[in-house]
Amino acid sequence: MTATTSSGGTDGLGLGKDLTGLQQLSCEQIEGILDTAEPFKEISERRSKKVPVLRGKTIVNLFLEPSTRTRISFEFAEKRLSADTVNIASSGSSVEKGESLVDTARNLEAMRIDMVVIRHGSSGAARFLADRIPSNVINAGDGQHEHPTQALLDLLTIRDRFGSIAGRRVCIVGDVRHSRVARSDIWGLLRCGAEVAVCGPKTLIPLGIEELGVTVLSRVEEAIEWAEVVYVLRLQLERMDAGFVPSLREYNRFFGISRARLERAPGEITVLHPGPMNRGVEIDSDVADGPWSLILPQVTNGVAVRMAVLYLLAGGSPERAESAKEAGE
Amino acid sequence: MSRPVLLTGGRLLDPSQELDGPGALLIRNGRIEACGPDLVGPDEAEIVDVGGLVVAPGFIDVHVHFREPGDEHKETIESGARAAAAGGFTTVWTMPNTDPPIDDPAAVGFVRAAGERAGGARVYPVGAASRGLRGEKMTEVGELVAAGAVAVSDDGNPIWNAGLLRRLLEYTQTFDIPVLQHAEDGELSCGGVMNEGKVATALGLKGVPNAAEAGMVARDCYVAELTGGHLHVCHVSTREAVEQVRRAKERGAHVTAEVTPHHLALTEDAVRGYRTEAKMNPPLRTAEDRETLLDALADGTIDVIATDHAPHHYEEKEREFDDAPFGVVGLETALGVALIELVESGRLSLGGVVDRLSCAPARIMGLEVGTLRPGARGDIVVFDPAERWTVDASTFVSGSRNTPFAGKELVGRVRATWVDGKRRYELPKEASPVGEGAPPYVGQSSV
Repeated sequence: MTATTSSGGTDGLGLGKDLTGLQQLSCEQIEGILDTAEPFKEISERRSKKVPVLRGKTIVNLFLEPSTRTRISFEFAEKRLSADTVNIASSGSSVEKGESLVDTARNLEAMRIDMVVIRHGSSGAARFLADRIPSNVINAGDGQHEHPTQALLDLLTIRDRFGSIAGRRVCIVGDVRHSRVARSDIWGLLRCGAEVAVCGPKTLIPLGIEELGVTVLSRVEEAIEWAEVVYVLRLQLERMDAGFVPSLREYNRFFGISRARLERAPGEITVLHPGPMNRGVEIDSDVADGPWSLILPQVTNGVAVRMAVLYLLAGGSPERAESAKEAGE
Repeated sequence: MSRPVLLTGGRLLDPSQELDGPGALLIRNGRIEACGPDLVGPDEAEIVDVGGLVVAPGFIDVHVHFREPGDEHKETIESGARAAAAGGFTTVWTMPNTDPPIDDPAAVGFVRAAGERAGGARVYPVGAASRGLRGEKMTEVGELVAAGAVAVSDDGNPIWNAGLLRRLLEYTQTFDIPVLQHAEDGELSCGGVMNEGKVATALGLKGVPNAAEAGMVARDCYVAELTGGHLHVCHVSTREAVEQVRRAKERGAHVTAEVTPHHLALTEDAVRGYRTEAKMNPPLRTAEDRETLLDALADGTIDVIATDHAPHHYEEKEREFDDAPFGVVGLETALGVALIELVESGRLSLGGVVDRLSCAPARIMGLEVGTLRPGARGDIVVFDPAERWTVDASTFVSGSRNTPFAGKELVGRVRATWVDGKRRYELPKEASPVGEGAPPYVGQSSV
């Protein structure tokens, strides 16, 4: 583990000021974040779900693209760590009046904030912001680039289930082309030693994806035969209008994850999904609600992982997480 | 009548007459009167000792965007023409995609007149190929030419309607001008902001495949062959488009092509980090494409270097990658980039680069410049082919700073430029190299 406790608010994992993606992180750093999440899991199980870890910190949730799950998960994580939070959405804000991202950020900065959690429709927006303000920046999804905290909660869920990530065979099924979740999961899984494949209609598989180190499977049956974990991506309904797939019915028939398909798997299969689901399109209800699914544990883990990231970027270290939880720092 | 100018002590380099050697050059009444090794000027001549630097025919850029009218905060015709002179260019062709576009004779006349007032490089307007650049109805091509246009193009917008392209390539033959085509199949490039491939996939940016360019170039070449008209393919960026141009030339079609300095020097990797100064259209491609472009320029498949100088204001580039405009400036770095990529790499001689920047554009476009022959217009560039300098965009003469070469070291620097025998640029004293062995400053004239 790179235990650089350098100045400028970096943590014991050497993450630096920001978390903009998993591509640039090492296996040790990723596992370190997951280790830090472990003690935080328990907070959400308490009757009184609040610890003073981030007391006095001001966090802005700058969500310039619609989000329910991720925004609420971050907000719970922040509030359970006692941070003060402000939510900004694009509608009704200065952004809607045409203010540039850099001006929005500088104005927030002028109000003396500590962290920004940003969701933005353009790839690279989190990094753009991080390079221009001294506050910590956490990427909550930028365009089709990365969604690192989603991948971290996926990794934590896989680790919980199997005990380790290394050596697992994970196939990401669906709209890989437009998915920031897929990219973050690919980087994170590969760094942690998993084998990764992607599967979907070729219209939804981006060129050059093999060069990231993944295998491309063109039939979902192959994916299910090969994988231990099937990671089902949401098929955004507008993709059909844009002509990437001819119809939802056809997509479900050839790429949907159904009970019948899973029952033909040679081994045990675990199914993950980042939500929100289109039941009957990319995933059938009896799979989503069945014994294969770890979809709700993913959501639970999301809060713990985000607590860990907030704590680490605020200057915490994995070793002190347990004690910080009770005492506050 | 202005005083004659005698440039002495230079290396006369003019591929148009296979000239490369020491000598002097006399300009009188705006024209080159004589050049040669033992030339002595008249007594009244202003004598400029260029101290061993290269004296070459001024460069010609057949593809620039000056933003006037409409976006003068990016570039005016004056700032653009002066930036061109600072880059050694003595003639530039301005693209018509301004706001409003240059699609009628009055607009052509405006650009011409503003160019004459600018006091920089000579400005020749390219007229719009279709009214409003909409790709529907042909402009009054003859009227545009009569007003001073030298070519037609819908640059920025490809002429997607092959029927319109055919009529243009037929109709322009009366006026002996080329049709300049930005080849891009919009259905394939749809929404793309960089080259399609592994870098775009990793960055989560929408890609533009090579086929978007190559497919349209192939089609256009066949239409050129059908009609006999002159098709000039703008800013070739892909190896497949090079192949199409090569085949069309072999078939005897009247097809010419240009490549930009940035496509010769950079690849898609320059975009990493969401660097908007590396965002342009066509996008930077792969190393394999770049190698093919360098070879194609060297072997003549691609005829000329053109900058596609596309100024944008700092604020417009300082934003999310998807939202930043396409384009980079290029006039003031073209020579330095070309010498590194072509001469230092051993692909072309110095004379070869002068040819691609000056003689070749004059040749393919039928311009009476691009030569030091007696009687030619007095368009001269003096440059130091060996000077290493670091690009500092804040010193640009251009109204904009959006260069992908900021902070990079280039080789070869323009010291002075004459247009029609008038000195239009001189490297500021404080920017010229000092110290032991530095050649004397161009401006040190004696009588």
